[in-house]
Amino acid sequence: MTANVFRAERIGKSYPGVRANDDVSFAVAAGEIHALLGENGAGKSTLVKMIYGLVRPDDGRMWLGDDPHAPTDPRAARAAGVAMVFQHFSLFDALTVAENIALGMENPPPRRKLAARITQVSHDFGLPLNPGRRIVTLSAGERQRVEIIRCLLQNPRLLIMDEPTSVLTPQEAELLFATLRKLAAAGTAILYISHKLEEIRAHCDCATILRHGKVVDSCDPRAQSARELAAMMVGGEMRVIDRSGRQAGDVLLKVEGLSQPAPSAEGMRLKRVSLTLRAGEILGIGGVAGNGQEELLAALSGEVRSTPGTIALEGRDLSSKGPEPRRVAGLLAAPEDRLGHAAVPDFSLTENTLLTAGARKALVRGGLIDHAGARTYAEAVIRDFDVRTPGPGTAARALSGGNLQKFVVGREVMQDPRVLVVNQPTWGVDAGAAAAVRQSLLDLARRGAGVIVISQDLDELLELSDRFCALNEGRLSDPVPTAGLTLDRIGLMLGGAHGMEEARA
Amino acid sequence: MIDPISVFLLLLSASTPILFAALGELVVERAGVLNLGVEGMMIAGALAGFAAAYASGNPFLGFLVAALAGATISMLFALLTQVFLANQVASGLALTLFGLGLAAMFGKPFEGVRAPPMPMGPLRINWIVWLGLAMVPAIWWFLNRSRAGLILRGVGENHDAAHALGYGVRATRAAAVAFGGAMAGIGGAFISIATVLQWTEGMTAGAGWIALAIVVFSRWTAPGVLAGAWLFGGVTVLQLRLQAAGVDVPVQLLSMAPYLATILVLVLISARQKFSRHAGGAAPGSLGINFHALR
Repeated sequence: MTANVFRAERIGKSYPGVRANDDVSFAVAAGEIHALLGENGAGKSTLVKMIYGLVRPDDGRMWLGDDPHAPTDPRAARAAGVAMVFQHFSLFDALTVAENIALGMENPPPRRKLAARITQVSHDFGLPLNPGRRIVTLSAGERQRVEIIRCLLQNPRLLIMDEPTSVLTPQEAELLFATLRKLAAAGTAILYISHKLEEIRAHCDCATILRHGKVVDSCDPRAQSARELAAMMVGGEMRVIDRSGRQAGDVLLKVEGLSQPAPSAEGMRLKRVSLTLRAGEILGIGGVAGNGQEELLAALSGEVRSTPGTIALEGRDLSSKGPEPRRVAGLLAAPEDRLGHAAVPDFSLTENTLLTAGARKALVRGGLIDHAGARTYAEAVIRDFDVRTPGPGTAARALSGGNLQKFVVGREVMQDPRVLVVNQPTWGVDAGAAAAVRQSLLDLARRGAGVIVISQDLDELLELSDRFCALNEGRLSDPVPTAGLTLDRIGLMLGGAHGMEEARA
Repeated sequence: MIDPISVFLLLLSASTPILFAALGELVVERAGVLNLGVEGMMIAGALAGFAAAYASGNPFLGFLVAALAGATISMLFALLTQVFLANQVASGLALTLFGLGLAAMFGKPFEGVRAPPMPMGPLRINWIVWLGLAMVPAIWWFLNRSRAGLILRGVGENHDAAHALGYGVRATRAAAVAFGGAMAGIGGAFISIATVLQWTEGMTAGAGWIALAIVVFSRWTAPGVLAGAWLFGGVTVLQLRLQAAGVDVPVQLLSMAPYLATILVLVLISARQKFSRHAGGAAPGSLGINFHALR
């Protein structure tokens, strides 16, 4: 066994009201890809923030090699040889690739030298990058390359990756793992955070599992099944998704030749989108973010009107109708952004139910709000969807992401829509809650509704949908049956995307 | 009738106060802070600089004191917005009102006295005008080529990312605000010490607001600020000349001209797609948003 590059011993950290980490000990060896596995809120992010010097532990000790590791800020951590690829917030959109990389280094070389080194290192690792490009013009995969190159230029001893594949296509993820393998072979220790179990099983040498801030187990992920890993993560058996009892019925929703101009300079044009949705069917729409998902949802929900004759629900043309008439007709939608789009942050849950359920649930009569009725409905959503909150009077802002997501989806599902369109229904939601949300969508379809699931999580789409379409550059592919579809095939449907051929060369 | 060289020399002089204030505000906004108190900091500099120059007989000492005065009252804004996380727009407006009121109160004893004469620099152009011109490439170099400037832009573009990488968001911003205050102070003092040569209440007459508009006009670049200041200064000088020449246009319209010209160009530029985020010519991403670190 090789020497440990990093070791943590009895690390603990408290926030007001929460013990984020408690008595956490683990070690990462040189050349090892070590997974840190856990649900949302299990304390993974807090733990790596301590290693990177963003947060200081309350107790416990860390070692890097043979030296004690107690960084006071990220710059000290970088100087000691720790590099980190963040889940969010770490690139500067208006700055160039080279400027972004310079900001992530302690002593960057002069501009021209740095540009030359970026070009060289990025080619060596098969991740080509143009140092003069601005970040806004890059795709998600390319942005991540920037982050990785930024770390590589510092020759780190320990590389931390916080959920790096959540925005990548399967091919891009493969490329990332190939890079990580090369790094590990060169002796770098890699700490890899994710809740994607298949990915961890395929690529990691060792896994430490966190639950409620504590290390509950550690194992060789290659020797475990995804179910076993999930059980360790959740601390109990996972609910099995029940897909049974559905049969495709009549055509409910027909979209034909839907084209929309881009809503903003950074938005995406929809190009002749057509689809048919039957009763009892779930249609999955996959694609990398920014390929028209939000625009498609806006066109279906009625936020943006379209050309007459493009959207019809049960034979009735709804193209020129706004969201409220569409809801009355039975076409409901739950957008991706929970806080601010699907729910008003400072409104109570009761008030938030009124916003979409007012008409269908007859909560507004003669222009007056039926408060008691709204409250009862909000309570029903909270109960049936297991939303953890003190009560319907709580502000939407106060709920955690997963709980608010359950509420937002529940609010629509319980209105018994004819057709429900959801975008990223389980984004940032932990495994238990995600399973509940997915099951509710399946149950809705079983009762005869049609469901369109737009998601970037391909495993989710494979699990839920009967047919799959790819949304790429605002174009929707022809649907293919999900049964027998592989991740590789889907990756190709998504266009392989973003200079992959070039990157492989 | 209108000699282009003399108009240009007057233009240099007329644009200098706005050039200083706008260059300072440019750095502040590049750090992600919107300080609407430019007018207040200018008037504070105008009075403090005038008082110091009058008392000591040395106009350069006046400019130094003006810079200190501008920086000092800008720290009030920094305290409110960076430490107490107060709303930047409200704090900036308050700073303007505070500066105007403070200067009016302490300015009484200095009404009716004259500033000491200002020695001329090369080409019979005021030293401070030269300083202002030199600041344009200096600030461009600082922002685009120096490490500190890169960190400052990073803080302004995405403060969460800058914090995650270990840069001090609040300290960077406070330093930028102080620099902006000093520059606004010098700009204000140029009006009282080098142009009007005396102290009058409210003498900055909206120059601070024009400076703010010019920063937007410049698309947050130093050369753009120079162009904007010259445009405003040029139209100002031109309309004064036209007034003096007795052109048959109502005086009110002529006086309005510099402001109208600035607004017009601002609108025309905003309509151009070329200045989108993709070209890097847009407002800093975190402009006007307070930074709150979760620890």
